[in-house]
This record gives sequence, structure tokens and C-alpha cells, in this order.
Amino acid sequence: MRKLTLPREEYMTPGHLACQGCGGALAMRLALKALGKKTILSIPACCWSVIDGPFPYSAAGVPLFHAPFETAASTSAGVSAAMKILGKEDVNVVAWAGDGGTFDIGIQAISGAAERGDNILYIVYDNEAYMNTGIQRSSATPYKAWTTTTPYKFPKSRPKKDIIGILAAHKVPYVATATVAYAEDFVKKVKKAAQMKGFRLIQILSPCPPGWKTPPEITIKLARLAVQTGVFPLYEVENGEKYKINIKPKKLKPVIEYLKLQGRFRHLTQKDVEEIQGMVDRKWKLLLAKEEFSKQIENLL
Amino acid sequence: MKRMAIVGNHALSYGALLSRVQVIAAYPITPQTQVVELLSEMCADGTLKAEFVKVESEHSAMAAVMGASASGARAFTATSSQGLALMHEVLHWVTGARLPVVMGNINRAFGPPWSIWTEQTDSLSQRDTGWMQIYAQDNQEVLDSVILAYKVSEQLLLPTMVVLDAFFLSHTSEPVEIPDQEKVDEFLPPYENKYILNPDAPHAFGGLTNPEWYMELRYKIHKAHEEALDLIEKEGREFEKMFGRYYGLVDPYKVDDAETVLVAVSTAASTARHAVDLLREKGKKVGLLRIRVFRPFPYAKIKEILSNARKVIVLDRNLSPGAGGIIASEVRGALANLRNHPPVLSYIMGLGGRDITTKHIMELFEEAEKMEEGKDIIWKGVKL
Repeated sequence: MRKLTLPREEYMTPGHLACQGCGGALAMRLALKALGKKTILSIPACCWSVIDGPFPYSAAGVPLFHAPFETAASTSAGVSAAMKILGKEDVNVVAWAGDGGTFDIGIQAISGAAERGDNILYIVYDNEAYMNTGIQRSSATPYKAWTTTTPYKFPKSRPKKDIIGILAAHKVPYVATATVAYAEDFVKKVKKAAQMKGFRLIQILSPCPPGWKTPPEITIKLARLAVQTGVFPLYEVENGEKYKINIKPKKLKPVIEYLKLQGRFRHLTQKDVEEIQGMVDRKWKLLLAKEEFSKQIENLL
Repeated sequence: MKRMAIVGNHALSYGALLSRVQVIAAYPITPQTQVVELLSEMCADGTLKAEFVKVESEHSAMAAVMGASASGARAFTATSSQGLALMHEVLHWVTGARLPVVMGNINRAFGPPWSIWTEQTDSLSQRDTGWMQIYAQDNQEVLDSVILAYKVSEQLLLPTMVVLDAFFLSHTSEPVEIPDQEKVDEFLPPYENKYILNPDAPHAFGGLTNPEWYMELRYKIHKAHEEALDLIEKEGREFEKMFGRYYGLVDPYKVDDAETVLVAVSTAASTARHAVDLLREKGKKVGLLRIRVFRPFPYAKIKEILSNARKVIVLDRNLSPGAGGIIASEVRGALANLRNHPPVLSYIMGLGGRDITTKHIMELFEEAEKMEEGKDIIWKGVKL
């Protein structure tokens, strides 16, 4: 039997305002365990603007600055510059944002901060739509998913944006994916990223029961299935070159096992499922190839 | 103390240097670029010990100085026109977060059509963001106003915008006294704010606030502006004791016995001062009221000075289409509650950097002589 390796310390407090089964709330709890007390969060408009609790309450347990929607990276850039000039470089400067604030409205500020190499750990808890405003599609919404702006008759027509690929192309020191079902992998990645300097980003798949139309008690199961089916592989990329897959199932489960549990996919036809299966297979093979290739280029260079 | 011929943009840079700003974030835009070029050099050669975040937009510039100020660092930025408009959302946020950020804004007209020349519509469009606004008339005032802005802002936890005309100040060299660093340090202590992002005393800032408390927070911002009316003058006098130059809310000139008073801001006010002198030589009882601080709006001073006049002329180098001159509208508002207030003639001129000369301003006084009643809008110099 493996020993529990998660830090015992809790920073996030009870009394937060997340929905039952919220992946985003679990994500914060785990991230703070990994980051510890010396952390400053900048949070733009997202579910966490509400989850933290109304004024004057806060569930985060660390200093938190609520920031405008597109400014998680740029506000954090200022916090980071201040920490440097004030000699407080032992503080983890963390931007904590949803997929809308990251993939869509915040991407310019992220690209800027990433290119400059600002000393920020950016964590996106990705619930695959604008959940706080009531489930509208974002560019992180998966292909064929239902949202209120991609109704069943016209589900999302384009695949999810590859945020890891975009950041890897910026040649930042560290980008990784994680999810709440693999808590040890999650904490390990946050700790690893926290020890590095420069711009780092971790994408956390965070199931959202009201948005995905799933019962709250299967959040962990869904997050695990996303990994086991290859829908959301757990991997990391260092310096935009070195790919490493952290959880590699011997054989991927069929995507239908993941999709069939979610109301947002209930309209899918057999053909749709086959198409999605094909896309996932292709993406997984490409990822395996990238990992293999990055091993080879290390020998070449 | 030394004396140098510097452009208005560099006066902003020296103001920031002497204020020992710790974090700068800025994005280039004509006519502001020289401000940040000089600051970049100062940071690079160690003259200024500051972190310079070379952001990818003005929106990010304002967000970065906001994050820095919230973390306890003295923060500075500068922009102009389109850049200021892009910052708009974050300008409101900085005020709501009660952060004493100071910025320079070089007045430049909005596009389209593209224009790089001066006009006050950009900064006046930020009227309701809660930023204090200072309109400088010369480069010495630009430099001094940056130092004064930090002094007042940090006591009240309100941000300040130091505003200057494109080219007429930004790119024009004037002799400027550069105060000694030791004296500035004596006047302006280091930035201290107990409400900062501090892991040893964790707090959340700006969380969801229901109707039960939102209004009280807005009330406190307004109260801080009201306090600023006194504090700006008090610190102005302290500054005068140390540096020999006084800056207040308004800058009246020959108004005591004036029958007609012209109201203006920025470099147009310097030109108007010359026009007043020439008309006084001809025996005309004319005066000038330069508004230096536009927010907080100095209602009491304006009422006190203008209530003695028989006629008021307001020169607006700005336009709120569909309404008219923005400063005229504020001045009329200030006078409205006086029992017998003078008529107000509202002139729109000099938009998009068109020259406003002494001759033009003398014409305004001459025209006013012939008019008995006020006028909501008079366009000066339109060729159509």
C-alpha cells in the first residue's frame, strides 16, 4: 500500500460558496496544500470570485486580490515585480483563473507575461465553459458539447483550444496538466512548478456538476475517466521541448465511458462518438510521439 | 538642485525618479514614449532602483501597477489617448481597490481620424473613474505634480493622473528645476500601506459585496476626494516651504476686480494669461481662472472666484458630442446653486491640436463684451 504523500496542512477553510462536487474548489484546496502559506493569489472574474465567499469573508486562507477578467497574468506580473523590488521573492505569486479568463479574454496578458518570463505560477482550473455566468461556451469547451450558447441542435463545432501547446510555443520553463482525481500527481506538479522561476502554467481539468449536467458525487470518477480515456492526458512540457506523460494507461478506455455520464453530451449520435473517439486517439498518438521525439532531440542536441 | 532644459515627457520621468517609484509598467504610444524611454534608461543604469514591466498593452500596464501597488510598492505608468481609453476598466478598479497609483497622461485626441495632437477629451472621458486629475501648464509643474501626487494619493489611498498637453508640453523644452533627492525624500516618505497583500496577514480584497455595503465603500471614495480638496492645498503649501513653488486647486490671475473671467486648463491657460495682460494694458477688466485640479472638482473655489464676475467664458479644448464643452458643463453646474450667477459663454476650440493663440483668446473677451446672456455652445474657428 502506498503512503499518503499529500501535505496535511489545510489553508482553504470551510464555508466557501462552491456548488456540491465542484472540481474548482477541490483544485484550490490541493493547490494551497502544495503552495503553502507564502502565496499571493490574483483571481479574475470566474467561479472563484464567488466561491471565496462574499465580503467580508474569505475561504482561501492566503492573500487574494480580486482582479478584472482579463488581468490575472498582468495583475500577477505587477505583484511579482513588487515582490522582487521589496525583497520578498520567497512568495509564490499565483494567478488563479478559469478557462474563460485564460483561453479567451485573458490570453493576451498571458502571452505577454509568458514571453517576458514574468515570475508567475498561472493555474487555470478548467471547467470547460463560462460556468459562473450560467454555462456559456468558451474556447475550452470540447467538441460537440452542449452549453447554453451551443444548444443541442448546434453543439460546439470546433475542438477545444490547446492551451498547453500555445504556452509550450512560448518556451516557458514549465507547463503541465493535472486533475483532481490524481491528487498526488497534482500536488507534485504544483510543488515542482513553485520551485521553478519564470512563467509556469498548470491546467487543471475541474469537473463542474451543474455545467456538465452530472451528479456531484461522480466528480472524481469523471476526472479519472478523462485521463483513462485519453480525453485529458496528464503530461508536462519543460522549456517548450521536453514532453513527459505522467499517467500512461496501458490501454485507453473508450471515450463513451466518459461521455455517457454527462448530460452535456447526451445528444451525441453513434457517429459523433466515433468521431470524438478518432480525435482522442489521434491526439493521444501525437502526444506519445511528442514524448518520444523529445527524448530523441535530447540526444540530437 | 540643478536647472535643466527638459521636455514635459522627461519632467514626468524625473518626477517618477525623484519619487523613487518601485514598479513601472508601461506600453509605448505617441506622444508618451519619451517618458518610458528615459525611465527605461534610468532603470537600466541603476539611477532608479525599480522593476520595469514592459507589458504588451496599456490594459496590462494598468493591471500590473495595480498589482504592484496592492503589494506595497510605489507604482507609476504613463500613457495617452487610445492607451488611456484601453485602461478605462482598470482605472475604475484601481480606485475601487483604493490604490495610490500615479500616472502621467499626455492629452491626445482620439481617432478616427488618427490624430496625435493635443485635446483634453481623453482624460476628461475618465472623469468618473475616481482618479484625481491634475492639469499642468508647464514642465516644472509636471515634475512637481508627480511628487505632490504621491504625497496626497498615499495619504488618501486614491490614484492620481498628472495630465499634460501633447507637444506643447510633452515635446517642448523648458528650463526646469530638478529638486535635490534629499529634499524630496524629506517631503515624500516611503510608501506605506497596511492594507496590502501580505502572507503574514492574509486578506481578500475586492470580494463580492452585496447592496448592504457597496454604497458605503463608494461613499468613502467620495469622502476621500472631499478630503483631498484641503489636503492638496495643505501639501501645496508644505511643498512651497521646501521648494519655493505653490500649487493649489485653482490658479486665479487678476480676478479680483475682473468683470469678465475666462476659465481654462493646461497650456491654453498660459496663453490666456498673456491675453489678459495685453487687455489689461488697454484698461479692460479681465481675468483668468486656471483650473489645475479637475477631480476632486473645486466647487467652493470656483464659486467664490466666479461669483464676483459679470461674465464667465469657458474655453474647452474637448468635446462631449451632443452636450458640448465638458469643463463648461462642470462650471455651469458649480454656479447653478448661486442666487445670482454670471452668464456662462462656452467656447469649443483648438480640438485635435489646432493652435489657440493670444489673438484668439483676446477675441473671446471682445466677443463676450458684446453678449449680455450666456451661450451653451459657441464653436470657434470651424471652417464649415
